[in-house]
Amino acid sequence: MSSGSSQLQDIADRVIAQAARGEQVEAYVARGVETDIRIYEGEVEHFVSAQSEGIGIRVIKDGRTGFAYAGTLDESAIASVLAQARDNVAFGTPDEWAGLAEPDGVAVVPQELWNEALAAYPTADKIALAKELERLTAASDPRVRVDDANYSDGAGETAVATTTGIRVNGRENACYVSVSTLADDGDETQTGFGFSVGRSPHEFDLAKAAREAADRATRLLGAIKPPSKRVTVVLDPYVTAQFLGVISSALNGENVIKGRSLFANRVGESVASPLFTLIDDPTNSKAYTATDIDGEGLAARRNSLIEAGVLQGFVHSSYSARRAGTVSTGNSVRGGFKGTPGVGCLAMQLKPGARTQAELVADVEDGVLIQMVQGLHSGVNPISGDFSTGASGLLISRGQLGAPVREFTIASTLQRMLHDIVEVGGDVDWLPSMAAGVSLVIADVTMSGA
Amino acid sequence: MIEHEVLERVLATALRKGGDFAEVYAEDKSSTSAGLDDGRVEQVSSGRDRGAGIRVVVGETTGFAYTADLSEAGLRAAAEAASAVASQGGAGTRVVSLTRSPAHVVNRIEIYPDTVGKAAKVSLLQRVDEAARSMGGAIGQVSAGYADSRKRIIVANSDGLLAEDEQVRHILRISVVANGDAGMQTGFESLGHTVGFELFDQHDVEELARTAARQAITKLRARPAPSGAIPVVIKAGSGGVLFHEACGHGLEADLVSKGASVYRGKVGELVASPLVTLVDDGTMAGEWGAIGIDDEGHPSQHNVLIQDGVLTDYMWDHLRARKEGHAHSGNGRRQSYMHLPMVRMTNTYVLNGTENAEDIIRDTPYGVYVAKLGGGSVNTASGDFVFGMTEAYLIENGELTDPLREGNLIGNGPQVLRDIDALANDFAMGNPGTCGKDGQGVPVGDGQPTLRVKSMTIGGTAA
Repeated sequence: MSSGSSQLQDIADRVIAQAARGEQVEAYVARGVETDIRIYEGEVEHFVSAQSEGIGIRVIKDGRTGFAYAGTLDESAIASVLAQARDNVAFGTPDEWAGLAEPDGVAVVPQELWNEALAAYPTADKIALAKELERLTAASDPRVRVDDANYSDGAGETAVATTTGIRVNGRENACYVSVSTLADDGDETQTGFGFSVGRSPHEFDLAKAAREAADRATRLLGAIKPPSKRVTVVLDPYVTAQFLGVISSALNGENVIKGRSLFANRVGESVASPLFTLIDDPTNSKAYTATDIDGEGLAARRNSLIEAGVLQGFVHSSYSARRAGTVSTGNSVRGGFKGTPGVGCLAMQLKPGARTQAELVADVEDGVLIQMVQGLHSGVNPISGDFSTGASGLLISRGQLGAPVREFTIASTLQRMLHDIVEVGGDVDWLPSMAAGVSLVIADVTMSGA
Repeated sequence: MIEHEVLERVLATALRKGGDFAEVYAEDKSSTSAGLDDGRVEQVSSGRDRGAGIRVVVGETTGFAYTADLSEAGLRAAAEAASAVASQGGAGTRVVSLTRSPAHVVNRIEIYPDTVGKAAKVSLLQRVDEAARSMGGAIGQVSAGYADSRKRIIVANSDGLLAEDEQVRHILRISVVANGDAGMQTGFESLGHTVGFELFDQHDVEELARTAARQAITKLRARPAPSGAIPVVIKAGSGGVLFHEACGHGLEADLVSKGASVYRGKVGELVASPLVTLVDDGTMAGEWGAIGIDDEGHPSQHNVLIQDGVLTDYMWDHLRARKEGHAHSGNGRRQSYMHLPMVRMTNTYVLNGTENAEDIIRDTPYGVYVAKLGGGSVNTASGDFVFGMTEAYLIENGELTDPLREGNLIGNGPQVLRDIDALANDFAMGNPGTCGKDGQGVPVGDGQPTLRVKSMTIGGTAA
């Protein structure tokens, strides 16, 4: 990010220059290009190449907020967006804490978010990469078919300007390949997937993506439905990352002040096992979601959330911070020009332990290695803490991995699971998600099956 | 939005390098939304999305590009980008002559959203907030969202098709948090239809808010749900999401043709209990998934998918129908002009049976009664699916007893369809839903009468 000039910054600057007396105005301007290639049976199934752009404008006056957006940067459209946002102001309820972020002096930790090698990568080579991934995957196991192999990349530019003195712009690009698999055995079919991400295609590991996609599909062939009982679960790093995503909702400062967090009023108390230390650190360049600024244009920063099981604090935007009587933690998030900023964790990381997953499994008397979960959005309620999700994986008996199992659920409550953590693995995996993965052992979870 | 002749010239441009098929999909969508939380109307938002997506199909390959520039120059540039896949081409000039399809009007709109003042929209939220909070001191938090949209679409393709539609939708969502000694519980209700603002004259939004509040308050005394395989009775209209996940996705021709569905090759076979007749119906006026035409320009249809337990047909989009020589079924849909269409459901529902709902409960000695379903998801290849229960009760000796805490149910689609052993005569549509597939969300509806599955796995924690 920089505060220099760019075409988008000029547009944002021009909008806020029209602010009337007593008005706060924010303009968020974005432009992006994307390429999306899907291969099926050696041929291009689809090739998508597209550009998009747009602007979102927030106006705040007398404690009331109005917002409007349009998916174009046409001059006349921008004028109409500003007029709409102004018109919308009148219908909000006055809120003494409403307001835009103000520069807070926290220094930006620069990130390498733009990769020239990706920007220069030829289209034909992108197609070839996806074809090669399909070929490698199909060749990895005779039982495996490829559902589709994909290459995707995107590049985006954004600029933000506010009448409170925020003025930043920057650009970012990223790419990934992914493959979906089907494995057949008689009447039974199971599915898998694999992926590789990078700042440029040169960082891809196609062989690993192919191997994982084949393995995920074949390992469930012949899986049985397990009996119902209480067990110890070992979560794969990929599953732990999703579990941390659920926890993030309770650490969201806006949810806390609005009475929707099970961690409210518990700062300084023990909310998890002493083995559990959690930070949100988008300044760590290894994180897939590493970034230099947040959705309001403030510097992204490292925040300690839970230290040895003790709750340290919450993440905030400037609005939630003002209401909570604290300062922004640089955790404003926004989903492009069509939305207004909310609050969220940016790059969660659990402090790793020392041992490998195999060593963790060797200590489990009776349990399950959970390799996939299904239905985190439907069976987990981060407000009440009820946790219930479909799962598949491998049984563990006396420290040995056993039969594959599927079509069962694991259930507990978030509150209990955090206290029931037995060990954190040392196998950190910087997955393409908001949280890094690591193996996690949790005791006393109910498995429901046959 | 775009002149007839411009569309013809853009389609000709799209096919200049060859190709079997070209299509222009254009949309112009205006939307308004407002959110209330913590007693405040936080903000009113206005949005405008306008653009076109152009695809060119060459053999099995599709090229696609989109643009927010609806001028002829902008559309031609997108057409050229989409035609890059047809590089072998050299087909020369192909003339496309469009014939306007007769209008297929499904949804009747009385009050367009742009004729209603923002104050009236916001006041709905305030009424909801007041009604929910009137349910007592246990109500800790209320949030409500209002949204309307008016979308005009035009589809033109190289087969000469030219069709238009207008889709107007209104939705209200209410979330309530109740506080009790043992923590917090939540309640949720929504009301959404493909109709105008008259929706809110036809429904009691205060009662909807009180229902959401009652749900949260009732759950304060909920006990942990059972764990393991037991009979499940599902209330009418609580969410046909069961069928959406258990078989709907598996009947989408794109997944079937890739061998990624457990229902592949099963047309004509008994795939469900003979009690079950399943329909996907885009013509169901006013419902959340109702459309005049699909996003490939074909009229929506009433399609019977399962008749008395026997699989009769899949759902189709243009590409799959063309490849297999099958007729269109009006199921080619997309999230927006930035997305490629694919096979999607519209309103998916199970027809009435003959039993009385009370009798079904009375005939169940022990089980779970699900009064409201949450979301769900399915692996179409294995058939394994989950869905959440957000309001449920224990059935003991044929009567509803304690409320249960939330959880997922898990089952295998083909097995669960066979295990439906009772179907009532009290059909109702469920809440408006957004179906996600391959990263795209589209509005869908679902419905079903009260029914019983003789055994499903409940993901609770109680023994």
